[in-house]
Amino acid sequence: MTTDTHDIEPHREHSDWFWYVGVPAGGIAWVLLYQQLIPFSEWATALFPISRDSHTGEAIAFFLYDVPKVLLLLTLIVFVTGVLRSWFSPEKTRAILSGKREILGYPLAAALGVLTPFCSCSSVPLFIGFVSAGIPLGVTFSFLIAGPMVGPVGLGLLFGLVGWKITAIYLVFGFSIATIAGWVMGRMGLERYLQDWVRELNTGAATGLPEERLSMVDRLKVGLDQVKEILGKVWIWVVIGISIGALIHGYVPEAVMLKIMGGEAWWSVPAAVVVGVPMYTNAAGVIPIVEALLGKGAALGTTLAFMMSVIALSLPEMIILKQVLTLRLIAIFIAVVASGILATGFLFNALL
Amino acid sequence: MKTIKVYGPGCKRCDATEAMIREAATSLSIEVEIEKITDPRSIAMAGVMSTPGISVDGKLVHAGGLPDAVKLEGWLAT
Repeated sequence: MTTDTHDIEPHREHSDWFWYVGVPAGGIAWVLLYQQLIPFSEWATALFPISRDSHTGEAIAFFLYDVPKVLLLLTLIVFVTGVLRSWFSPEKTRAILSGKREILGYPLAAALGVLTPFCSCSSVPLFIGFVSAGIPLGVTFSFLIAGPMVGPVGLGLLFGLVGWKITAIYLVFGFSIATIAGWVMGRMGLERYLQDWVRELNTGAATGLPEERLSMVDRLKVGLDQVKEILGKVWIWVVIGISIGALIHGYVPEAVMLKIMGGEAWWSVPAAVVVGVPMYTNAAGVIPIVEALLGKGAALGTTLAFMMSVIALSLPEMIILKQVLTLRLIAIFIAVVASGILATGFLFNALL
Repeated sequence: MKTIKVYGPGCKRCDATEAMIREAATSLSIEVEIEKITDPRSIAMAGVMSTPGISVDGKLVHAGGLPDAVKLEGWLAT
């Protein structure tokens, strides 16, 4: 997931009233549109010269219902998190974390990883900024794992498409994996596997950058900018993800799904992780697939493992981190996080 | 003549930031020299954790996201 903040619009043509009236009006429009989702998708599906109950009809209905629904949900979630995150910044997070070396640092870092706005393109300077300010490596990893893994976009979509129970499970386990994986890596004393130049660097904690004072209207603008920025970037992944979800929903027979991703097949959990890691998409693209998989009777543990490995471990991110981490450290990072994901997958397949 | 540094690994926003600085400088008729810092080590040494960051004559004024146009003119004018 890619987010960034302080994107204040350069224009000042609207008065504050525009925002205080416009945002609630937008909220009402959102609710009205959301209520039209089912009528719209049924109406649009009926336009195709295909029986509604056929495989193709099912797939088209799934697609036409999910695309507007996911885009509407994303708009709301990204706006609200954009506004909330305007109270946080990497600098503040670093100041909070650099005082904490105790065990409290890990869950705190994971929580701040969710709340702090940062874009994957800044993950290298952010990583260096943290480590060089004396934040333990393990705590830094907790932060970096939690950011994408339990991002608000993923949680919001999971809630909207799959339901609150699985969202709660995902939140608790994603957060735990980030915390525990960071702690494990902290115990391993991996500082020696950083690239040499990173270890020698000491930037100090203070940047000398004055804190920006934002009014409520500024924060609303940040939210709206985030919507433009993120929706502009992820809509294509949403469409691809929902297309795959629609194909699964329409064409994959339940018996086949139970065989491959059912709870009986023990190897399905590691297989889901192996398939998930190289897949490059984001939460918005993978959750419609998850929705379709669960709908066809895929086991919860296997599906969670797939979703977590797609979102939390991605090859492009590893390539970016290669600038600061040695290959050995990247391998350890992947191994520790993947173990947490496997454990989660096996646990849920065994429980349910 | 002001020396501006734009810190960032070369993402789209870094280019957009550079364009904004040029535009602001032109409208204020200030001469600027813009240097783009893309090396992660130098970015970190400057204290920038979220990119793009901007420094004016060696002083860091902004980090993270596109700058506000009004503020940008303020940094250039002083």
